[in-house]
Amino acid sequence: MIAEIGHYALILALLVALVQGTLPLIGAQTGNAAWMAVARPASVGQMLFIGISFGCLTYAYVVSDFSVMNVAQNSHSAKPLMYKISGVWGNHEGSILLWAMILALFGMAVALFGGNLPPTLRARVLAIQAWIAVGFLAFALFTSNPFLRLDPAPFEGSDLNPLLQDPGLAFHPPFLYLGYVGFSMAFSFAVAALIEGRVDAAWARWVRPWTLVAWSFLTLGIAMGSWWAYYELGWGGFWFWDPVENASFMPWLAGTALLHSAIVTEKRDALKSWTILLAIIAFSLSLLGTFLVRSGVLTSVHAFATDPTRGVFILAFLVIVIGGSLTLYAIRAPKLKAGGLFAPISREGGLVLNNLLLTAACSTVLLGTMYPLALDALDLGKVSVGPPYFNGTFGPLIMPLLVAAAIGPFLTWKRADLPGVLGRLKLAFAVTAVVFVGSWMATTGGSPLPAIGLGIAAWLFTGAMIEFAGRIKLFRAPLSVSFNRARHLPRSAYGMTIAHAAIAIVVASIIVSQVWRTEHIALMHPGEQVEVAGYTFTFKGVRDLAGPNYSAQRAEFVVTRDGEPITRLFPEKRTYPSQDMTTTEAAIHTTWLADLYAVIGDPDGEGGWSVRIYHNPLVPWIWLGAIMIVVGGAVSLTDRRLRVGAPRRARAAAGADAKPQTA
Amino acid sequence: MSAVQLRYMLPLSLFVVLAVGLGVGLTRDPSQIPSVLIDQDVPRFSLGPVEGRARGLASADLEGEVRLVNFFASWCVACRVEHPLLNRLTEDGTVPVYGINYKDEPHDARRWLDRMGDPYVRSGADHDGRVGIDWGVYGLPETFIIDRNGRIVYKHIGPIRPEDLEQTILPLIEELRG
Amino acid sequence: MRALATALLIALLAGPAFAISAVEQLDDPALESRARVIFKELRCLVCQNQSIDESNATLAKDLRLLVRERLVAGETDEAIVGYIVSRYGDFVLLEPPFKPTTYALWLGPAVILLLGAAGAAVYLRRHGSRTAPATPLTADERRRLDALIDDG
Repeated sequence: MIAEIGHYALILALLVALVQGTLPLIGAQTGNAAWMAVARPASVGQMLFIGISFGCLTYAYVVSDFSVMNVAQNSHSAKPLMYKISGVWGNHEGSILLWAMILALFGMAVALFGGNLPPTLRARVLAIQAWIAVGFLAFALFTSNPFLRLDPAPFEGSDLNPLLQDPGLAFHPPFLYLGYVGFSMAFSFAVAALIEGRVDAAWARWVRPWTLVAWSFLTLGIAMGSWWAYYELGWGGFWFWDPVENASFMPWLAGTALLHSAIVTEKRDALKSWTILLAIIAFSLSLLGTFLVRSGVLTSVHAFATDPTRGVFILAFLVIVIGGSLTLYAIRAPKLKAGGLFAPISREGGLVLNNLLLTAACSTVLLGTMYPLALDALDLGKVSVGPPYFNGTFGPLIMPLLVAAAIGPFLTWKRADLPGVLGRLKLAFAVTAVVFVGSWMATTGGSPLPAIGLGIAAWLFTGAMIEFAGRIKLFRAPLSVSFNRARHLPRSAYGMTIAHAAIAIVVASIIVSQVWRTEHIALMHPGEQVEVAGYTFTFKGVRDLAGPNYSAQRAEFVVTRDGEPITRLFPEKRTYPSQDMTTTEAAIHTTWLADLYAVIGDPDGEGGWSVRIYHNPLVPWIWLGAIMIVVGGAVSLTDRRLRVGAPRRARAAAGADAKPQTA
Repeated sequence: MSAVQLRYMLPLSLFVVLAVGLGVGLTRDPSQIPSVLIDQDVPRFSLGPVEGRARGLASADLEGEVRLVNFFASWCVACRVEHPLLNRLTEDGTVPVYGINYKDEPHDARRWLDRMGDPYVRSGADHDGRVGIDWGVYGLPETFIIDRNGRIVYKHIGPIRPEDLEQTILPLIEELRG
Repeated sequence: MRALATALLIALLAGPAFAISAVEQLDDPALESRARVIFKELRCLVCQNQSIDESNATLAKDLRLLVRERLVAGETDEAIVGYIVSRYGDFVLLEPPFKPTTYALWLGPAVILLLGAAGAAVYLRRHGSRTAPATPLTADERRRLDALIDDG
């Protein structure tokens, strides 16, 4: 019964979406206020129905209703409640429902909080959002229906995969989806603006908060996925340039470019067609990612249902949505009024460089991900494009960007004094040089690349700090003045400083954790000791123990440093008899500076055990840095100027070069 | 349209190329790795017999007529699916089938063949998998068509289904026989 | 086909063979570190997105043993990798080789960057500022400005 309600609600949602997509769009074109007004309640209604549908599916999982095929295939009564719930989106059909729900959620948010949007723009935005929803809802109902019944219902579900019962793995998808589905909003805004034929500073101001929200969530989702890989997969790796990882990273890169490009459009009414294009591209990459995961076109450990017939549907959807929007772009973008003029050396110029490098980086990732497919399609053989390619091409593109990111915030609009700016960064030059030399010496004469990377990260961090200090006149005015200025700084300034500094931290941590990690693989017998990175690991042996649905062999390591006890580590090898599966659970001890990471392997049959011990310096700061980036985004979002009081178009049109009320 | 306006078409054009590529990609299987040994001589090897059999298999045995070489193992689930087909090929005398038992326990292999039938004219036991590596084997089952001159002509990845036999393998064998 | 994905996931995470176990390692640390470098270059064909250094799969283990044996026998890194490539094709290399079919791949990023830079240069030229260069603030103006800002 509940499943039928859920099914029915989904159909209603599709109908509402069809209405929401049609009437407001026509209404905006013909000036019919009543039809335009349909958009807001329709958005709420769509969210309501999809919410009911999602709720029904969740209910079916929670009560383990195995007459619902989706539940029977993807759940089990013995699963803890938390994982029954996460099982809802842990499969293809449920995840499509989650996709549709988040799409509707963003639509409803604009409907409820977009009161200051001009009615025509709002109507068009919501209508386009609805058309995207129509695609996903139709896809769900016609090819991926989660509410299909099984008759007779099995007694028990068939999936008790312990690997999926893990908080990191189970809960990173919703954040990822909030991220790249959230880019649909920027997309809808972009297409609506193209239809209107007008992109201006006000539009950019309206787009930015939605993009920030999506981008922040995407950052979190990607970080969570990487963090999970790190602690679960047993050798401390966290990024593999896997096609599906790339599928989430490309929208992030495009979204970052979009965020920055929108600033120029907002402040200077320039880079319009670029911002529009980036908004279209970011979401297009999200859609592309959806296609890649579900169509079987690329193999990946992450891949969902590899079903070519579903792939055809999604591809058709892609062609309509992306092809349609890019066609509209080709026709309408040339007609957008060019905005403010600026010199090449200026903040605008810096942001053009930002756009260029991020887009090039994103294109590189796309090229590498799709190249094997392209070659195979042309019957030119099979190559594989792995981490060495991406590391070799992506790195050189990102490094100049980080250098520029320290300089950019100092540049003034329209025309900037570059030598002057560089003069203000003298301290940053000094710090960079010291870090570069120091780390090169520490790499004992290997490649200078890590040292260069660390130097650049230091450059960015110091530059961000100097810029912030400059804003509040730290050390150049009495502290009370600085404090006062700090209190009145716009939140977006804080957001930028935090985010830029955090990026530097993440980059530095990644480099350090890769270059200076210590790995020790050995065969150890109980009582033996080994020294790794200054820590002494004493192997106490292995005990058998039984868990709720597994039997395990648990090893014990006593870790000391200079005789001082630090911790005890208990890595395990678990066997799940019902799945006939063995997993290894690493034991990790996290300090502020590093992770100690221990894994046990196979016994040699003579009392010895194969063990792996790692010292991973600065790894915790990769995750902390990522959280800081999200904090930066959140802080920016609380900036008063982004919410209420978005400038009325009349004021913006008052002068040719008029800027919105705050600089 | 001026060059300036042409550049607005660029994203769309790139997307069209991408979409075509994806469309073609839907018809391919990315997990299949084609053999690089096509048109090369069979790798040199010499394997002892599978338990319970007198003769093993060596590369020298693979010259003179068109043959199939099938990599199998008792632990390979998909091999069970194709095995009846191989049995029929031998019963009907369609084409001689030779086997290489890949990374298997002697007892297990023998029991499996006893139960499933032994279609192999000769078979060899590749205990450590080195011969498999020489043939570029990465998963089971894999079946190779060898021509008269002892050259690898075709590799079939995965279990042989009736349609594979009818549409690809048998026609190719016919062609090779002249 | 969820089963396929799950199976791949299982193969990735679990499995009987423990990637790089202690007993596999060579006694000579120099040879072993060469081995590790080679392992990181070779793709595990069974797992489809890991190197044989990380993979639990039996084929990965077999290939690791093979590489180590050949290192002990004195072969060069290139020869060993070449041996494996001659059997499995370029696909087994995680770093795509630089040959005519991959020119576009390797040169692509640079080409994209150059084209983009050219486009950006054109754009910057067309949006070039025709405004007069900004005159710097006089000391007096600067003091007034600061006072205004400090008053918040």
